[in-house]
Parts: sequence; structure tokens; C-alpha cells
Amino acid sequence: MAAYRSAAGFQRVLHAVKHVCFSKQRCGVIICRYSTVYDPNEKTFDKILIANRGEIACRVIKTCKKMGIKTVAVHSDVDSSAVHVKVADEAVCVGPAPTSKSYLNMDAIMNAIKQTGAQAVHPGYGFLSENKEFAKRLAAEGVTFIGPDTHAIQAMGDKIESKLIAKAAKVNTIPGFDGVVKDAKEAVKIAGEIGYPVMIKASAGGGGKGMRIAWNDEETSDMGFFLSGHISDICANGFCWCLQVLADKHGNALWLNERECSIQRRNQKVVEEAPSTFLDPDTRRAMGEQAVSLANAVKYSSAGTVEFLVDSKKNFYFLEMNTRLQVEHPITECITGLDLVQQMIRIAKGYKLQHKQSDIPINGWAVESRVYAEDPYKSFGLPSIGRLSQYQEPLDLPNVRVDSGIQEGSDISIYYDPMISKLVTYGKTREEALKKMEDALDNYVIRGVTHNIPLLREIIVHPRFVSGVISTKFLPEVYPDGFKGHMLTAGERRELLATAAALYVAVEIDGEKVEVSGEWNLASALLPITINGKHRTLQVCKHACFKLRVLSKLAASLSKHMPEKVPEDTSSILRSPMPGSVVAVSVKPGDNVAEGQEICVIEAMKMQNSMTAAKTAKVKSVHCKAGDTVGEGDLLVELE
Amino acid sequence: MVIFLTKTHQFPKGGLCSPPRERIEKKRKAALTGGGQLRIAAQHKRGKLTARERLELLLDPDSFVECDMFVEHRCSDFGMEADHNKYPGDSVVTGQGRINGRLVYVFSQDFTVFGGSLSGAHAQKVCKIMDQAMMVGAPVIGLNDSGGARIQEGVESLAGYADIFLRNVMASGVVPQISLIMGPCAGGAVYSPALTDFTFMVKDTSYLFITGPDVVKSVTNEDVTQEELGGAKTHTTVSGVAHRAFENDVDALLNLRDFFNFLPLSNKDPAPVTECHDPRDRPVPGLDTIVPFESTKAYDMLDIVHGVLDEREFFEIMPNYAKNIVVGFARMNGRTVGIVGNQPKVASGCLDINSSVKGARFVRFCDAFNIPIITFVDVPGFLPGTAQEYGGIIRHGAKLLYAFAEATIPKITVITRKAYGGAYDVMSSKHLRGDVNYAWPSAEVAVMGAKGAVQIIFRGKENQAEAEAEYVEKFANPFPAAVRGFVDDIIQPSTTRKRICRDLEVLASKKQTNPWKKHANIPL
Repeated sequence: MAAYRSAAGFQRVLHAVKHVCFSKQRCGVIICRYSTVYDPNEKTFDKILIANRGEIACRVIKTCKKMGIKTVAVHSDVDSSAVHVKVADEAVCVGPAPTSKSYLNMDAIMNAIKQTGAQAVHPGYGFLSENKEFAKRLAAEGVTFIGPDTHAIQAMGDKIESKLIAKAAKVNTIPGFDGVVKDAKEAVKIAGEIGYPVMIKASAGGGGKGMRIAWNDEETSDMGFFLSGHISDICANGFCWCLQVLADKHGNALWLNERECSIQRRNQKVVEEAPSTFLDPDTRRAMGEQAVSLANAVKYSSAGTVEFLVDSKKNFYFLEMNTRLQVEHPITECITGLDLVQQMIRIAKGYKLQHKQSDIPINGWAVESRVYAEDPYKSFGLPSIGRLSQYQEPLDLPNVRVDSGIQEGSDISIYYDPMISKLVTYGKTREEALKKMEDALDNYVIRGVTHNIPLLREIIVHPRFVSGVISTKFLPEVYPDGFKGHMLTAGERRELLATAAALYVAVEIDGEKVEVSGEWNLASALLPITINGKHRTLQVCKHACFKLRVLSKLAASLSKHMPEKVPEDTSSILRSPMPGSVVAVSVKPGDNVAEGQEICVIEAMKMQNSMTAAKTAKVKSVHCKAGDTVGEGDLLVELE
Repeated sequence: MVIFLTKTHQFPKGGLCSPPRERIEKKRKAALTGGGQLRIAAQHKRGKLTARERLELLLDPDSFVECDMFVEHRCSDFGMEADHNKYPGDSVVTGQGRINGRLVYVFSQDFTVFGGSLSGAHAQKVCKIMDQAMMVGAPVIGLNDSGGARIQEGVESLAGYADIFLRNVMASGVVPQISLIMGPCAGGAVYSPALTDFTFMVKDTSYLFITGPDVVKSVTNEDVTQEELGGAKTHTTVSGVAHRAFENDVDALLNLRDFFNFLPLSNKDPAPVTECHDPRDRPVPGLDTIVPFESTKAYDMLDIVHGVLDEREFFEIMPNYAKNIVVGFARMNGRTVGIVGNQPKVASGCLDINSSVKGARFVRFCDAFNIPIITFVDVPGFLPGTAQEYGGIIRHGAKLLYAFAEATIPKITVITRKAYGGAYDVMSSKHLRGDVNYAWPSAEVAVMGAKGAVQIIFRGKENQAEAEAEYVEKFANPFPAAVRGFVDDIIQPSTTRKRICRDLEVLASKKQTNPWKKHANIPL
């Protein structure tokens, strides 16, 4: 290697994503080779419309192709060149970018169905998947809804009714208030009776969005958004387990084991695995049987998920039932070999279940990481947007499955969920699956948007996670001051420096020789190297965890004379931490605000973020108003 | 032969030649310390390196060959003749050296000696290396850090400036000339950097102005700080005098090394080629989706530029000035190329006075030094309005047109979306001797946008919407240009890199000359 690589320049700033060993074993089971047979003679539908976008639309289309079913994608105008549109046989534009005008626009979707002659609709998750109105309209038109019937959606969609049904079906329910709260005062009173912390949830809210935990009276009454909420006790250090069930229209129901979904941030799942480390076969069976009896009680058909909260004594309580295909269904598919989408389609057509409970295995271990376009250094993940200037999935590694609906050049916009993909790895044991996950994360190339891979990688190698001591409060407990990125050990630091230097010339650090070798190519996004005999995968890019500058001895010594740049004093300036829209501004120029007082609320991707004053001061100027769209770093309010 | 010894010749123990040798060593040592340790410390305290430290950092280790280390100023007024006012080498260090093994002539003004002020001797030293640089065909880099003219010398100093200016002009287009402003540079001194091909600045520690804030205050009664008047931010964003600014001395010098790698040594030299690790036929799938569905929506031209270049490396020139046009250096399959692109993200990528001038100067540099130009076109036209017309958009716009037309280097053009009106002609069109002109499927080559066109063609008529749709159908696509041969091919965007790399290889032997002339007359 030449002393000076002119192409790279002498002083390229290196950033390396945390990196670790390649797995030596490159053979093994190909992940998710479904054990189910796609019987070409079993007639289902000729054409299915997928009323969704992104990865789940692509996921459904994949199975449809295997079953020989034609597919119709719907899309908003900004999604016209999205992957789900490209892979579908037909595509219909259903409106402009905002979801309310496109993916939630029932009229347009009904038109698309008519126009294309689709016989059935798969709703994916989110959007119209748990909308009983939509299911009704489909039924009226004689179009099959691939999911449970309206009655089940309605019953399980109401958090209160669902609890009552569950109680009646002898399913363990959480002690606590099960009712609608009138106002803040009542909320505080009830919360006091139950004992903090309490969880407040919008009665009809889906998933984690709209679910908040309050730890004291103040927080309870502050939750203005969710006044007509529902308070129930939350196990402070609980687990969140999801039991997958599958039921047909003939009264048969199965449970397909649990998914451990406790690693969450802001009540949204980040890392999931199946099976759970904590669950013993007896508890599993007990939960499974309760889940099945609940499904039977509501005459459930299709795939569904029963969520349980579990306390440290393995007492489990029914939380809710999700009447849709869940985001994290791939891990269940991995350990059971079932193709859940195929099962849903068969069930919707009226076929009986192919399996008996005794046919359902737990083969190996599967882990799923949700890769999001978000900044993990801000509250474990504030949405980020941008264009994927480079994108490479680690699919050349064995036992890796990536469910995604984007590709290089795709835009992550403010209109939709910022999920980039679901990265699933599979192994014979948990250890193996986690090791694969490490490799897969290291080999995942995402450029152009800030993403949460640094956080995911920290979680899956964290000793507490590895030992299986997981709870819903894992993140705040492990990172009480927020996620600050990987802390390099002295050894890692040295290895990183050596690698950076080796890309140029030197290989000696603090007088100690470090052997760096490898077939690297600076034009490639991934840099597989061997350092002191260990294999590592590095990525060199502009915005990553570790900023490295390679300087000659002389440049380094002269750098001490360089003036320090004074960073802007930000305590009197409030900037938007993420791109989004301004929901409310609660101050005007001249107002006096106290430190910590709410100044405005920014919403992005259905997530509300309260912006507070960094100091006690007078408001100098306000640069935004409710309804404005703001970019990351935009000035919102100035204090004096 | 008889040697007469007088008493003044003392023989120390060293031998016959000792007195001069001792003096040589003493002078050499004095030259190396410039204005002395105190002033060096003061220079460091300002966050600045000394003239010699800068050269050491800029050049390859041990490659610097100094010239005129013993030259002293010749001023005998105001006590300047006193020994303690003589510094060997005076206020500038000159010589030649290597950057990544390639020859370069350098001068570095020494602020620790008379504030780096320019004496007759100082100018003479600079002129000497410039003359040599032109003779051997190697670039000149000047590191400017000077308080201005040596006032004690009066007209001698002014003459010195003019001597340098003349050489700047003579060397223009012969060897690349680069100025890096690393301290003050005021008054007449500013015209040397202005005449060179590229002017870079160091943030917070360098200034360029004709007159400082005090004179400004007394003449125009304006209150302005040094930084506001002539700091790096002003010149890289407002005036367009400087081409780029860097964080500090170290950063600037290291970047200058990188930049130097792009340049040929002289106008007789081909653009340098380096080893390329990025596959020349690499598909760029992201480009297939980059142009938005709606033709009014913006996208970042830099995404396209980065996508097609080797290793995504782009040395942008004037990144913060006239941002509606993007220019800079990069490599394709290892070969240096100049990139020009309209930036739809800023002012829709239209051409205005500033962007035309920015583009024109860049194109002319590339043409002068055999650097092929790749032009990415998405231009809705020239910016309308009184501000532009009164400012002379006609003659300034003509500069860009002129530059593209006269250029004889390989010219490759890719129309990514809009190529409207006169701006289509200007942007390295086939008609201006473009060698290879491509259109992406999203290209629209037309006199203007559909709406405007329909309003003129069907003035006062109904069914404007229908007519507009017809116009879009007819013109908002690459066919009208392709059927006439004005674009050579309509290409899949993801194959753009592959096509350009192949074309550059073919065009490497291109030979084209303009008619003989004393010099051309660009509309200045």
C-alpha cells in the first residue's frame, strides 16, 4: 500500500460502526423455509388487494406469489415508485401522501377493489387492519376480509369490553380500574387507589402508540391528550409476552407459542424473540390455553395475538388482543415453520386448520430487531427522515431474514412509520441467534438517514439481555441517562485506532504493535478485517458512532495550537429535534417561562414530543405556529 | 600567490573558512526562527501556525527545497537598515516541494517578520519561484498571511505587488495557482489571490478586504467588524471571493493536499489518474427513483453526483455560494473530472447571475487544464425579475454559455429532468459541442414548462387544461430531443456511472481546437 493514497486523501475522517466477529460457521438451516406446503390445488383467491404499504405489503405479496395469487397494491402518490408497488402485479393510487387521504381512505380503496376485481383484502397491520367499519364495507361488497370477523374486531378493539370477555372466559386479568376516566381529577384519584405506576391508555388506541405510563399525580393529570383513557396497573418491572393464536371458521384454534416483546422504548417494541427465556412449558401451556379459550369466546378466526403482562413471579395477566397480523410475526414463523400469511388466507377462504396443537414445534430460537430511521441518542429514538443514499441488507449471511419494503434510493418521509426493516436471525440456540444478530447488524449498510442500529447492537450484546433478564423497563434501567452510544473499552479503542491508521500506513499504537490485515477496498461500504487475529466488520462512513481522524505525527502535534471553536449557546434557543409538524405552541413573545415548562408540541410519525424550556427566562420570539411543518434543527422559539 | 592578511581577519581554531561558515550557520538559524520565539508564540496564541510549520504540513516530509533563504530587505529609511531590523529570508519563505510526490512551488508569508508585510525583496522572492514554476510546469501555492505593503519601502512595495500580479496573469491557464488565506490580506494584496484559480480561507483567522473596518467607517459611516467585512463566512457565502473555508490551519492544509491531487501540474499535463477501487460499471439503483414523481418537487442533485462518483468523494467548490449550481472535482474510474450540476433544491436550480459566474469560472478552469466536464442538467431557465435584469443577467449568463461553448475538453451531459429554454442551450448542450449527451427517462427538453407554454399558444382560449395535457404529452419527455439527435441516448439512470466511465475512456484522446485568436473576448 502506498504511503499516501491519493484517492482516499491523507486525512479522511473515519467513523466506524461497532463491529464484531464474523461467524465462522456459514452453513446451517436456511431461515424460514416454511414447513407448510403450498398446495396448488387448494383453491383460495385469484386476486388479493393489500391495503397497506411498506414491508408488510411486500411480505403479504411474497406469500401470495407462492400461492399463485395475483396481487394488487394500493399506494399514495409519493409511494408511486415504492417497492410494494413494484412487486405487486397491479397498483392503484388511492390519494395523496397523508395517510388519512390515502391508506385510510376507504372510499378510494373500495374503488380500487372494484376497479381491479380483487376478491379479498389483506389489511396488514395498522391502517385499516382493525377497523370494523372497513370490514363491514367489504362484507357488503362481497369481498373477503383476510382477518377476523367484525364481531371479534369490535369486541377486542374495545379495551374495556375485551377485559370483560376475557374475565368471562376465565382468562387472568389485571386488577385495576377498567373504565373510562372522565377528567384529570378522576384519573389522579383512581391512580392513587391503584398505586403508582399506572398505565393510561386511549380506549381505542392500537399498539403502543397512545400508551403512557404515569409515575405520580402530576404526570397523570398532565396527560391531557389521553383524558378519556383507561387506567390499569402495570407491573413495574414486567414482561410483555404475546401469544400467537390461529383459529379457523370451524371452531378450531391453536396457540403458536409466545413472543417475548419486553424490550421497548416509549411502549413500542424494539427487540423481540421467540421463545422466551423466562417461560417454562407449564406456564406456556397455561397461557396458550387461556389464549385459545379467549379466541373461542369471541369466535375468533384468522391469526391473532393475545398480549399478556407477566410479573416476576410468572403471574400473567391479559392485556389485550390484537386482531391482526403483528409486526413481529416472523419470529413465530421461524420457530414453528408456519407461514402465517398463508394460514390467514386459507382461513379466510374457509379452510380448516392444517395442524393440530401437537404439530406445533419450537425449533430453535429467533430474534427480531426493528431497524428504524430514528436517532437512538434522543429518547432512545426520535424519528429521522431522509433518502437512503446507500442500502445493503446482510442477506449474504446465513439464517438471516430481512422483511423490508424499501431499497437504495427510497425516501423515509414524515408521512409514514419510520421503520426501515425487521431484521430476523435464527439459530439452534438463543446464543447462536444472538451471535448471528450481531453479525447481521454489523453487516447492515444504511446511509442517508440516522438509524437505531447502534442501540440495537448494544442491547443484544448487553450482559443483562444476554442472560435473559429482560423487562419492559430494560432501556431506562440500563441507560438511565439515555443512550450515549457504545463505550469503547481500551482494547476496542486501540483496535479501532489501529484499523484507521492501517488504512493509511501505521500500525503501532502507544509503542505497541497491532496487526491489521484484510482485503479491504475503500470503495466498499463494508470493511472486513482481521485485527490481532480477530475478525471484525467495520463500516466507514460520515455519520457514525466513532469519529476518527488520521493525522501524521506532525499534524497531530501542530493541532494543539488550533483554536477551540466555541459551540453555540443553545439554552436560549429551542430547535426542533426531529422533522415533523407543530401541534401546539403554548407561549407567546413576552411570556415568562420556568425551566422545564412546555413550550410547544411537535408531532412526527404519530408521535408527540413535548418541547420544554431549558432555563427560566422570558420568551423573546416564537418562530412557529400550530400546523407548521418543521425540519430537524429548525428554530422554534428563542428565549432571552 | 601571496595572501595579505590584515588584522581584521581573525582565524579561530576551526580553520581557514570559519568566519563565513559561522555566519552562514547563524543566518540560517535566524532564518529558521523568523521573527523570533516571542512572535512565534504570539502567532500560536492566535491559533495560527508559523510560515514554516505550514509548509512542513502542506508538503511531503523532507521534500521542501528552500530558495532565497538569505535574501534581506533593502530599505534604508526609518532605521530599517539597522542589523536588528534585518531578517534573513525577510517576511516570506519560498521554494518547491512535493505533495504526494508531485512537484509544487510554494511561498508562505511569515507574519512574525514585519507582520508578513510585502517588501521589494519579498516580492522578488515570490516572483522568482513563480517564474520557475511556469518554466518547469508546476502549480504555485501561496499561503497568505500578511499585513499588507511594507510602508517603509513605499513605491518599491507597490512595484513588488504589480510584479506578482503580472506573473499571476501570465501563469493563468499555464499552471494551476492556488491561494490559501491564513491571516490578514488587505489592500492591494487581495488582488493576487483574486487572480489565482482558487482562493481558500481559514475560518475565524483570515480576512480579505480592500480596506479595513476603520476606513469603511470613515468613508461610508458603516459599522462593520473585520469578520463581517471580510471573514471566511462573508467570502464563501455572500461575495463569492473565496471558494471554500476550512476550520483551522491544520484542516486547511490537509484539505489542500487532497485538493492538489485532483489537479494536473500544468496545461500540458493530462488530468491525473489514480487507482480506482470502485467498480467502473457499478450500478446505482438509487438513481432510478431519485427524480420525484411531481416535476415541481425538489431533490438533491448532490445525491446523484455522489452516487455516480468514485467512492462518493466530491470536492465541492463554493458549496455555500450560489447554491443553485453545484460545481466541484471528483474522479470517475480514477480520472479527475469536473462536475457541474443544477441544484433543484435551491431556487429550483435556475440560473441567475451568481450561479452563471460561478459555473463559468469553473468550466474555464477545467478547460484550461484538460479536465473533462460532466454536466447534470435540471434547469427551469434563467431567473426572471428586475433584480436580475438590472444586475446584468444577460451578460453574466453569457459567461456560462461562452465557457461551455469554447471548451474543447471532453464534455458529457446528463439531462435528469428539466432542460427549459435558453438554459437548456447553455448547459453543455449538443449544440455547444457536447460530446455525449444523455437524457434520463424523466427528462423534459422544452422551451418552457407546459403551463406557461399553453398560456401563450392558446391565449384566451378555453380548454387550457386539455391543451396543457397535450403539451405535456408532446414535450414533457425526452423524445423531442432524442428524435432530433440532440441527445445521443435515453438511459436508465442506474447505468449512468457505467456509461460515463466508458465515454471518458473513449474521449480521453479527444482533440479539438478553436480558431487562432490573440485571445477570445468573453463578456466580462
